[in-house]
Amino acid sequence: MRLTAHILTTTASIAALIGCLGFAPTIASANEAADLAKGKALSFDRKKGNCLACHMIEGGELAGNIGPPLIAMKARFPDYDKLRAQIYDARINNPNTIMIPFGPHAVISDSEIDLVTKFIHTL
Amino acid sequence: MKIIATALSVLLVAATPFAAQATPDDDLKAFRAYFTNKFPNVPQNDFINGVYALDAASREQWEEFEEFPSYEIAVDNGEGKFHTAFANGKSYADCFPNYKQGIKQNYPYFDTDKGKVVTLEGAINKCRTDNGEKKLKWKKGEITEISAYLASLSRGQIINIKVPNDAKAIAAYNRGKKHFWSKRGQLNMACADCHYYYSGSKIRADILSTGFGQASGFPVYRNKWAGMGTIQRRYAGCNKQVRAKPFKAQSDEYNALEYYHTYMSNGLEINGPSQRK
Ligand code: HEC
Ligand code: HEC
Repeated sequence: MRLTAHILTTTASIAALIGCLGFAPTIASANEAADLAKGKALSFDRKKGNCLACHMIEGGELAGNIGPPLIAMKARFPDYDKLRAQIYDARINNPNTIMIPFGPHAVISDSEIDLVTKFIHTL
Repeated sequence: MKIIATALSVLLVAATPFAAQATPDDDLKAFRAYFTNKFPNVPQNDFINGVYALDAASREQWEEFEEFPSYEIAVDNGEGKFHTAFANGKSYADCFPNYKQGIKQNYPYFDTDKGKVVTLEGAINKCRTDNGEKKLKWKKGEITEISAYLASLSRGQIINIKVPNDAKAIAAYNRGKKHFWSKRGQLNMACADCHYYYSGSKIRADILSTGFGQASGFPVYRNKWAGMGTIQRRYAGCNKQVRAKPFKAQSDEYNALEYYHTYMSNGLEINGPSQRK
């Protein structure tokens, strides 16, 4: 734990240093990539989003086909907030939907929903 | 987490096709018509074979299993136990005088005197306690051997569940119906979501079977269980999948569900016991 903390502070100070040197955009995109990786993991994890149970997603195996394939998401959801709302509670659009009410039933946390939405929006 | 799941499982949202005035017979006709329209290439009686009626590749594998079925031992054991005398000299045959003609197709039935649904497993254990024997465990083991034997004698018989014109019988039927159509559990899904609306679709790698015909094949030998199980064992598994708290085997809730769910297979043949993945 100590060690991790140490590495983290070190990393953070290196980050800060690089930031000062004017490499901020690179760091931002490194964070972005990390978030997307987390979002992907959450979407695929059977104990978390388990979106693959119902949706085909690029890179995912053994996908179900209950819901539409999650492709061309930016075209279908130009508005990020609308996508988040769909993932948060699909019942708003379809009261009898089979899709899990992830937000209201606390299946994943709000910050996890943000990460999932970020990832899904890139598809 | 567990607490949330339990609390939510009580929060039932009554789902749509729920006309209170529909008779069981109306319900059955509509249920059957939905599936025969949805799967026009499946001969009606084939719905008794679950997913194997819907998917050629799974069916091929299943037919191989059925050549040397794992439930055969259960049937043999069941036959032996069925004809072994209890301590008082009687045997199951005394409780089920018509067993040779096949009786499974008539279970569960509603006992109007007692005001209760009677499942085949319930009748098996009642036979035991009436004769001074201990009850068997409800969901697996010896009880499934007896019911597998009885199901095997009913193969090809037509499922014929009756809902008598009795307020309690109708209430039990409606309770089961409500269970089938209500969303439940943290994941908020109804039996109908998976086995009606999305039957034939894939959930991850599993194809979802049709609610129509599901009651025909029980008890089943399931590879995943490495053993036999009753239909109520399966109900509990499906409830758990959506993180709902399962009910006890032979509870009023599951007996009502089995009553409605089996009624929805009326007119199809018994094909129990069967083999499942
Ligand atoms: C149990 C099935 C199921 C699961 C699990 C599921 N969905 Fe869905 N999803 C559906 C269905 C069905 C639809 C189609 C709309 C409807 O019926 O409500 C849908 C629709 C969507 C849509 C809208 C697609 C469009 O083009 O309109 C998005 C986005 C989506 N789901 C994302 C997700 C994400 C992200 C997850 C996991 C965190 C997820 N879904 C998990 C069943 C599911
Ligand atoms: C999240 C989806 C889902 C829900 C909800 C669900 N099931 Fe299932 N069920 C499955 C899957 C997957 C299987 C295995 C594949 C199959 O046979 O359909 C299955 C199998 C079954 C089987 C065995 C069928 C056979 O031929 O062996 C029965 C019976 C059954 N379910 C009844 C129910 C009932 C009753 C409910 C509601 C209490 C229910 N299920 C809710 C997914 C679900």
